[in-house]
Amino acid sequence: MDGVEGIRYYDVYRREGGYRSVEKALKTMSPDQVTEEVKKSGLRGRGGAGFPTGMKWSFIAKPDGVPRHLVCNADESEPGTFKDRYLMEFIPHLLIEGLIVSSYALGSNVTYIYIRGEYAWIIDILESAIEEARNAGWLGRNIQGSGFDCEIYVHRGAGAYICGEETALIESLEGKRGNPRIKPPFPAVKGAWERPTVVNNVETIAAVVPILNIGGEEYAKIGIGKSTGTKLISSCGNINKPGVYEIDMTISVEEFIYSGEYCGGIPNGKRLKACIPGGSSVPILPANLLLKTAKGDTRMMTYESLADGGFPKGSMMGSGGFIVLDEDQCIVRHTFTLARFYRHESCGQCSPCREGTGWMEKILYNIENGKGKSNDIDLLWDIQRKIEGNTICPLGDAAAWPVAAAIRHFRDEFEWHVQNPQECVKRNFGLGHYAEPLQTATA
Amino acid sequence: MAEEKKPLKVTIDNITIEVEQGTTILNAARRIGGDVAPPAMCYYSKLKNSGGKCRTCLVEVEAGSTVDPRPMPKLVASCRTNVMDGMIVKNITSEKVIDARNGVVEFLLINHPLDCPICDQAGECDLQNLSYDHGKEGTRYEFNRRTFEKYDLGPFIQLHMTRCIMCFRCVYTADQLTEKRVHGILDRGDHVEIATYIQKSLDHDFIGNVIDVCPVGALTDKTFRFKNRVWFLNPVDAHRDCPKCKGKATLWYRGDEVFRVTARKDQWGEVEDWICNECRFETKKTSDWIIEGPTKIDRHSVIAQGHYVGVQKPQEVLYDVLGGRKPKLLMNIHNVSEVNEPGRDLSKIEGPAHSTDFENE
Ligand SMILES: Cc1cc2nc3c(=O)[nH]c(=O)nc-3n(C[C@H](O)[C@H](O)[C@H](O)COP(=O)(O)O)c2cc1C
Ligand code: SF4
Ligand code: SF4
Ligand code: FES
Repeated sequence: MDGVEGIRYYDVYRREGGYRSVEKALKTMSPDQVTEEVKKSGLRGRGGAGFPTGMKWSFIAKPDGVPRHLVCNADESEPGTFKDRYLMEFIPHLLIEGLIVSSYALGSNVTYIYIRGEYAWIIDILESAIEEARNAGWLGRNIQGSGFDCEIYVHRGAGAYICGEETALIESLEGKRGNPRIKPPFPAVKGAWERPTVVNNVETIAAVVPILNIGGEEYAKIGIGKSTGTKLISSCGNINKPGVYEIDMTISVEEFIYSGEYCGGIPNGKRLKACIPGGSSVPILPANLLLKTAKGDTRMMTYESLADGGFPKGSMMGSGGFIVLDEDQCIVRHTFTLARFYRHESCGQCSPCREGTGWMEKILYNIENGKGKSNDIDLLWDIQRKIEGNTICPLGDAAAWPVAAAIRHFRDEFEWHVQNPQECVKRNFGLGHYAEPLQTATA
Repeated sequence: MAEEKKPLKVTIDNITIEVEQGTTILNAARRIGGDVAPPAMCYYSKLKNSGGKCRTCLVEVEAGSTVDPRPMPKLVASCRTNVMDGMIVKNITSEKVIDARNGVVEFLLINHPLDCPICDQAGECDLQNLSYDHGKEGTRYEFNRRTFEKYDLGPFIQLHMTRCIMCFRCVYTADQLTEKRVHGILDRGDHVEIATYIQKSLDHDFIGNVIDVCPVGALTDKTFRFKNRVWFLNPVDAHRDCPKCKGKATLWYRGDEVFRVTARKDQWGEVEDWICNECRFETKKTSDWIIEGPTKIDRHSVIAQGHYVGVQKPQEVLYDVLGGRKPKLLMNIHNVSEVNEPGRDLSKIEGPAHSTDFENE
């Protein structure tokens, strides 16, 4: 739909079939039937963890007389991820439509969009779209005579990555410091203002619209295995055509990188070195493990295939931030950049993440700047190992995984830095790990 | 209802006990006591919502419950995880736990100034004790440590943020004991700090308790700073009729002088009853108090060294232990030095004993 001119505005959106899913849900379905449809679709959360959305919705507690909330996570701050931005910028009504239907399913009369503060102009777009929707009778009291009330508020974050973590987001929404909560209780039981709350990513919510329009079963037929439907991938790095692409989860990683329809290959005739397939937190994969799995199968753009091989030999779909590195990129420098990000974004609540992220950054800075020592690599490994799994929220893991994967797959490059301190400051590329495209790639 | 009251069985480090519903693993382990109780640097049973942050109390859950005996995939914070019936927990019997805990201690120490020799908390510092049990003798951290300016939080309390371990206890204390909290957490990550917004003073009748809850020397009593080492003081329990608090406190004596007043602490180092600022900072004459007697101090604490009052002369057991065999002694040092003369009341000696203390008398 994003090809249609003026789709950002209500009239065009409606003319193109917008808000049909709201009509369908409110007039012909019960809230539980909507949830059932989402369950059938096999939709998995698009925010990073890939948790089945229908199941998440069915966990929401329903105590008598306590309001429930749906909160849309539009904090999108993971380096490499910028898919929600385009969705909200160009088709804001798709999100609003999805939110109304999802709010109906969950019984949320007051629904929030928590948006990252830097997306200032998108807030204006969303607010005028909400205004349009209200004027057309899709929001407010007794929507379309159904008896269902719903309001959507846009809440602006203040520029902290951690506020994308769902419980930190809820704290921030409540007006507090965005520190992740200690779980349990989970948001589905005690979320915003101690009320049952579901937090979903922008893309997850938007996907509910086609699910209702074509039906959950039909939706589930798209894709492979448990990776159903379509997924937005924001790709960047050393590729000819960076941008946001919608894929049905049936194409291979190689096709995605080299096909002219998507990333369009790597510029300047350079060769592929590595790729982070799902946003900065997921493990980096060297080219040889990226195009084919350790078992020798073609690696596909699906949740299962990207994770094939576990952490030692695989990665994750994550948030769909696809970062491609060509042969000229230095893994140490790259890892340092990520470590600096996580150190800056740690909320500082728990000791392993607060202290460990800073320590890793300092060591990586040294290695990158020709001041590394031979035991620094083992030390880094040990630090990431002691952060991972021992923290309150997954940011600790997200900080540890990139370091672990970089050392695991590119240890020789770290060693080269340590052994050639002068050389490594002068040139900023690694040791020539690369891969040619396989012959199957469609150009 | 009857169902809910049913006690739960939990096994920690191979010891099984029964606890009420809603008990955390940490509190169950404390019930068993000794080494089975995980160290807790941020949890404080008297402060709602405390815990979960420092990660020193991590334990391994080998079986979630009888109903769902699967192990928990990650180590869990025992202070914030409730016991389930049939749960099996490993604390000191788990290598994973010890490894993670050593890691946490290392993390807590990399930016700590380790200025114990000039820190008022030394001798009663949870971080010192923790490092003693789990720390390494050296450090792998080769960078500058984080530092902050010291500053006064009003007339009685000094904040030395450089030593803080971000346990959040003082924040919860101010939140839960006073009407208007004026200090909290600024910034984030490893640049996070405890501070007031614009150099405000903390002035509430009960704010002095933040000093007692602080596990390290980040919040210190300005009326006591640098006056003495805690292990030279003799703690004595006392009470007074106080219109504001229960007036139950510990007076810390050296000779006849009260150097400081603190709240009384239980065996886990937690305050028993909060005391008011008047009792703590402004009532330092023995005549203000009714003395109850010496405070019970764990004999592993260095504070116990100044605390010989009431100590019994030990039984002569060496002979028994050696199974009747008489030890052969070549140098008759006992008789020469007379240091171990049983008749001497060591509590009469002020401060560390010197050889001169034994000369006359
Ligand atoms: C540090 C951190 C940052 C996160 N940032 C985002 C984010 O920006 N957007 C998002 O949708 N989910 C983010 N998540 C994931 C959310 O916690 C949560 O899993 C997600 O919003 C659930 O939505 P879904 O089920 O629709 O995927 C983040 C998680 C962590 C730990
Ligand atoms: S893991 Fe990091 S970001 Fe998450 S709660 Fe702990 S300190 Fe905060
Ligand atoms: S000042 Fe003390 S009590 Fe407050 S957070 Fe720091 S260590 Fe904890
Ligand atoms: S005491 Fe449990 S995490 Fe600090």
